[in-house]
Amino acid sequence: MPQEQELLDRQPETPKEILGHGYTFDGITNQISNLPLKGKMPLMWYGCIAAGLALTGVLGLVVVLLFAKGVGIWGIRIPVGWGWAITNFVWWIGIGHAGTLISAILLLLNQQWRNSINRFAEAMTLFAVACAGMFPLLHMGRPWIFYWMFPYPNAMGVQPQFRSPLVWDVFAVSTYATVSLLFWFVGLLPDLATLRDKAKNPAVKLIYGALSMGWRGSVFHWNHWETACLLLSGLATPLVLSVHTVVSFDFTVAIVPGWHSTFFPPYFVAGAIYSGFAMVLALAIPLRSAFHLKGLITDKHLDNCGKVMLATGLIVAYAYLMETFTAWYSGSVYEQQAFWNRMTGPYAGYYWFLLTCNIAAPQALWFRRIRQSPAWLFAWSIIVLIGMWLERFVIIVSSLAQDYLPSSWGYFHATRWDVATYVGTLGFFTLAFFLFVRLLPAISMNEVRMLLPQAKVEHEEAHVE
Amino acid sequence: MSSSSYSPHGLHGLMAEFDTPTGLVRAAEAASHAGYRKMDAFTPFPIEELHHALHVPRSKLPLIVLLGGICGGLTGFILQWYVTGYDFPTNIAGRPLFSWPSYVIITFELTILFASIAATLGLLGLCGFPMPYHAVFNAPRFERATQDGFFLCIESHDPLFELDKTKSFLTGLDAKGVTEVAN
Repeated sequence: MPQEQELLDRQPETPKEILGHGYTFDGITNQISNLPLKGKMPLMWYGCIAAGLALTGVLGLVVVLLFAKGVGIWGIRIPVGWGWAITNFVWWIGIGHAGTLISAILLLLNQQWRNSINRFAEAMTLFAVACAGMFPLLHMGRPWIFYWMFPYPNAMGVQPQFRSPLVWDVFAVSTYATVSLLFWFVGLLPDLATLRDKAKNPAVKLIYGALSMGWRGSVFHWNHWETACLLLSGLATPLVLSVHTVVSFDFTVAIVPGWHSTFFPPYFVAGAIYSGFAMVLALAIPLRSAFHLKGLITDKHLDNCGKVMLATGLIVAYAYLMETFTAWYSGSVYEQQAFWNRMTGPYAGYYWFLLTCNIAAPQALWFRRIRQSPAWLFAWSIIVLIGMWLERFVIIVSSLAQDYLPSSWGYFHATRWDVATYVGTLGFFTLAFFLFVRLLPAISMNEVRMLLPQAKVEHEEAHVE
Repeated sequence: MSSSSYSPHGLHGLMAEFDTPTGLVRAAEAASHAGYRKMDAFTPFPIEELHHALHVPRSKLPLIVLLGGICGGLTGFILQWYVTGYDFPTNIAGRPLFSWPSYVIITFELTILFASIAATLGLLGLCGFPMPYHAVFNAPRFERATQDGFFLCIESHDPLFELDKTKSFLTGLDAKGVTEVAN
């Protein structure tokens, strides 16, 4: 058994190879489909499911309390009305962006290394968007009438205010969730057919069979399927860039000092991809160790993700610099005061800590030794995730706490229920993700098969007519 | 073996299995060369080279997606125009009732949404999904087609199809096995 596992953890032998050396079509199929079909999960899986279940329970408890008592159980008090809820919303939705980037943008750019990480990254996107969506809903105070946000003929005779970024956000986030789900399902079709064909248990066969809709792998199917994937990538690419742009409009369209800036959309998108890749690494590194997937998610993948993190981290660093410069150069005393308060005021500790996490620490990723060491990379991804959460917290809270009128300045105190809601969504995310790993192929089998050298059709070989 | 009204042999066709993508592509080219037209190939991943050999037409999906996108864009724009201009006119910071720049985002989002739904439903429709039964599933070892098998099927309604001749033709193409597929 240990020998077999060593075989599964082989690494590429030449720089051009993406996967571990010596894979066969059948080897890949078996290794990936055994997770959902055989269901022999490592201890780490049980631990994560248990923790996820417990924390999802906590989330349920908070939600019940929130419904009974109202949003006052959180620390949100005027002047800080957004607090942790919106911080968590922006953080989660940003994490989702890496999944779409990997599945759509890297497909259009023909980056083949994406083939073995796109499936679970897309799943990560779906669950992150689900967590993100909870916060604005809960923050509304009366989530049971959330459908008032959508335009529909109603007896009250009122309609949404289409000139408000908050309404744009409803459309952007719900479109993003729907399109991500569709793209994920389309990509899954051929793999669901593989599970159908490999399943021994008739009930399991029936379920995967129904989900795969009768996929036969016909050349005509593949023709439509490849076109569909390409088109969905083309649609998802502007969509993913628009989602965090619209999220940033929630801030920039307001006149609060520290928010009112034309600079936010690219800055938010870069930050989103930065934190998203950190989450991809935070999931991929334990996943590949526990499930012996190191031959499919190789050190090269980690190295590439590290490079993307470094690049987006540098964009974020530039954004911090320019944001501060613009505040000074604007000549607006309110804008200048807002940034001075960020650096020296009551939230200065958070500000400098986030700069350390997001700018100083990731410079270590310049070194190949760090990028190729899973343990270091894991640590760095957690640092970036913390840093990016703090960034949103500082933008939201420090700007709201001290705006134009010093007499109305305040200070935000998070309550235990703020913490419980946030930790609850972390639990829900973990639970959903590890259930996904148990039930569906976590790596795209058909796309990984295409990477094998034997998948290439040989041309002009001694072929006599 | 059940009989079918449109198949002269009670057969869907003849299925040949190959070990490698190259073997399959060579066979498909040879069959096409020999004049066979009603063929299909089944592979565990897309193979570009087969499209030419099997005369696969360009997918109509882009047109469907374009139409979906246009519908979405029009829906988004007209919806906002109607709501802000006629159904629920409200003065927001003195802006005109028809303030089109603020409609851009939702118009864009609904364009993408409708186009993506069109892409997914279009894919399912063009493939004829959901299709719980198909004759090729009767072929022995066909479950390998989604794992590591490469199959070529010459269908019985091809004008050139003659059971014995076609079978010996396929066997001559280095097929690993040739089997009859019941309808």
